[in-house]
Amino acid sequence: MKHIVKLLILLVAVSAFWIALLETVVPRSYTWLLPVYFIVSLGCYGLLMVGVGLMHFPTCPQEAVLLQKDIAEAKEFLKQRGVDVDYD
Amino acid sequence: MEINKNKYSIIVPTYNERLNIALLVYLVFKHLRDVDFEIIVVDDGSPDGTQEVVKQLQQVYGEDRILLRARPRKLGLGTAYVHGLKHASGNFVVIMDADLSHHPKYLPSFIRKQLETGASIVTGTRYVKGGGVHGWNLMRKLTSRGANVLAQTLLWPGVSDLTGSFRLYRKSVLEDVISSCVSKGYVFQMEMIVRASRKCYHIEEVPITFVDRVYGSSKLGGSEIVEYLKGLAYLLVTT
Repeated sequence: MKHIVKLLILLVAVSAFWIALLETVVPRSYTWLLPVYFIVSLGCYGLLMVGVGLMHFPTCPQEAVLLQKDIAEAKEFLKQRGVDVDYD
Repeated sequence: MEINKNKYSIIVPTYNERLNIALLVYLVFKHLRDVDFEIIVVDDGSPDGTQEVVKQLQQVYGEDRILLRARPRKLGLGTAYVHGLKHASGNFVVIMDADLSHHPKYLPSFIRKQLETGASIVTGTRYVKGGGVHGWNLMRKLTSRGANVLAQTLLWPGVSDLTGSFRLYRKSVLEDVISSCVSKGYVFQMEMIVRASRKCYHIEEVPITFVDRVYGSSKLGGSEIVEYLKGLAYLLVTT
């Protein structure tokens, strides 16, 4: 089953639940606003995930240093064996 | 210890990577001792002499270990992999960038992970503990993180790093997945892993570090965000 079909089924199920809610005792004014609340919450959750991810974004400054060492080692080896490693 | 009887074909697409390709080849040979592998360089007619350097490397390491399978001009990443695949004699294929942002020192961990788990695909992820990036400013981290959250929410892909292109594939799996992909650029990388996930292939992740390229010019540029959103929408509907 395609992913979009899965999402649409989920959407239909949630909508059916929401419409059913409209018909029941729960005050209408609340129920009408539920989709809005849901979308806003989703947006907030997304922003939170971005923010948290940004805070904990793994960085590796030591890797840049190690890479420079590797580059020097490689250049040394290759130059001795006739590979052109002079960068202009 | 069981001897690893697999052969790994490492496909490296290049365009103007004269210095990087030499450094990369040295590092691959350094970190993959006791492993049967070949490096397939798919060069798209680089004007900077990349192919000459590859030929020099062939003299040092052997023409059976380094294959130069060039193309006349820039023909795109996806087709570069397809072209490389045609010449791959291994039963596993590694795809990686030529610019040293993908460090060959992680190759043993990809191989080990695959042997341990029997996975069909092992993908490198920059976003977990043990992984990481260097040389990214705040803006780039923000767009990366935002793009990732959006893609995770919409696509439920099952991997943490969608746009990464440092991956090990079982050759038959790569052939299967690549034949159903039509996107270009990095959306192509996303499409590959999403399609593989939809086909229920066993995918494992290993942490990798990504140091932004040191030499040469990045191929990134242009209205990335628009392309990315279009790509996401396409993947949402067709996978």
